[in-house]
Amino acid sequence: MRSTLAVATGVAWRILHNAFTNPALLLPALLFPLIFFLGFAGGLSSVDQVPGFDYPPGYETFQFAFVMLQSAAMGGVFTGFGIARDFERGFMRRLLLAAPRRSGIVWGYVLATGGRWLFTIAVVFLVGLAFGMHVDGNPAELAALLVLALIVNVTGTLWGAGMAMRVRSAQAGPLMQLPIFLLIFLAPVFVPLDLIEGWLHPVASVNPLTTLLAAARSLLAGSTAHVLVAFTVAFGLAAALSLWALRGLASAERAGG
Amino acid sequence: MSSWLSNVAQLTRRSIVRTLHQPGSLFFALVFPLVFLAVIASGLSPADRLPGFPGDSYLDFALAIPFVHGALFAASSAATELARDIESGFLDRLALTPASGVPLVLGHLVAAVILGVAQACVYLVAGLLAGAHVAAGPEGVLVLFALASLVSLAFGALGTAIALRTGSSEAVQGMFPLFFVALFLSSLNLPRNLIETDWFRWIATVNPVTYLIEGIRSLLIVGWDPQALTLGFGCGILLVAIALGLSRAAFAERLTRT
Repeated sequence: MRSTLAVATGVAWRILHNAFTNPALLLPALLFPLIFFLGFAGGLSSVDQVPGFDYPPGYETFQFAFVMLQSAAMGGVFTGFGIARDFERGFMRRLLLAAPRRSGIVWGYVLATGGRWLFTIAVVFLVGLAFGMHVDGNPAELAALLVLALIVNVTGTLWGAGMAMRVRSAQAGPLMQLPIFLLIFLAPVFVPLDLIEGWLHPVASVNPLTTLLAAARSLLAGSTAHVLVAFTVAFGLAAALSLWALRGLASAERAGG
Repeated sequence: MSSWLSNVAQLTRRSIVRTLHQPGSLFFALVFPLVFLAVIASGLSPADRLPGFPGDSYLDFALAIPFVHGALFAASSAATELARDIESGFLDRLALTPASGVPLVLGHLVAAVILGVAQACVYLVAGLLAGAHVAAGPEGVLVLFALASLVSLAFGALGTAIALRTGSSEAVQGMFPLFFVALFLSSLNLPRNLIETDWFRWIATVNPVTYLIEGIRSLLIVGWDPQALTLGFGCGILLVAIALGLSRAAFAERLTRT
């Protein structure tokens, strides 16, 4: 356990140090959530006048919930890109040789992604408040929202890590990105589920991210609707993707990094 | 002159072939804008019930998006390839031959336009199959492709300027998200008269990407709108002129350093 933790903190420190001392690595992860928030909350603000749209805190808050989960999940995918690059540059081979407990490598990436995402979402939250976002949830509800989004962040990282460790090339980028992108955008991003029409409604109804998004919007609005189901879904996804990532690590070990 | 054109043609072919040899990025450039269109068109379809919304269907309105989105991907790919040629020293070697480096730069630029138009064909067919209409009719399709080519050329020339200035494929890839900022801070998802947030509407109004989108969109949902088309082609030509000027300066500076 101690050696796993030592490996994890070592890996996490390296990534966080690189990210916070190199703006080229930090900015893309920060830029996309900001673009989505400003683009959707600002450009689509009149959508809350569509008949049947009922979300009292307002459209900025409605979109912040989406951006929070989107950035959490995509932050994990960005880590997957980094792992793929580490394989291509031979760094992962050295890491696999040096680590006494190799599972610590995966948890190190998870830890670092969480740290990086907390910075990103803090910036987006402050920008949101500056642009008039209302938060009706109490501190306990906001803490629950943060935990929920962190689980999504862990899930995204485990997905990206599992894929990167199987493909071990930057060519895995679209394979990491597209499923998460689809999952995110096949949820009720712009209007509540009840208002979605056509083929997207049945798809969004069975998309696990819909529940997570509904819970996040509830917590921001000061309600606990959907929260229990959302945590169950989030923990289930995290458990399944832990297996996926650890099996990916085993695949990389067999291939010799 | 004919050998110069032949050099441009060969280097254009080389750029296209190199892009086609990267199925991952090609797939992404083709599929991503279509998926985005499908999701936006369905997810925002209730917006066509807003008072003052132009046209009958949000799909018709949103079909303009992939043309600009796809042009960005094509330009990003061509600019990255040019930066790789600079990194590998290919541009320097070519500059020492009678062919000079200009055909290489033009080759990547023409490749961006060709790829942009090929992608536009796919987006238009996909949109028509999904039930969209082109209000300007068959002649409008030709103008649509002309404007889509101009958009690809404008973004390609801007990418070329960045590639020549930085000489780094990582820097090019790092800069392209800024183009997406311009795309998202435009009248991408709603017409400007329905954007309620003042600061956003102001940014969208001064953002030239707005007029590129509105030019394409006018052909899809209005028919022949001289003002939208003039602004669309005008902004496109202005962007091309500025970007080519920047590219020329960066190219001269790079050759001097070499």
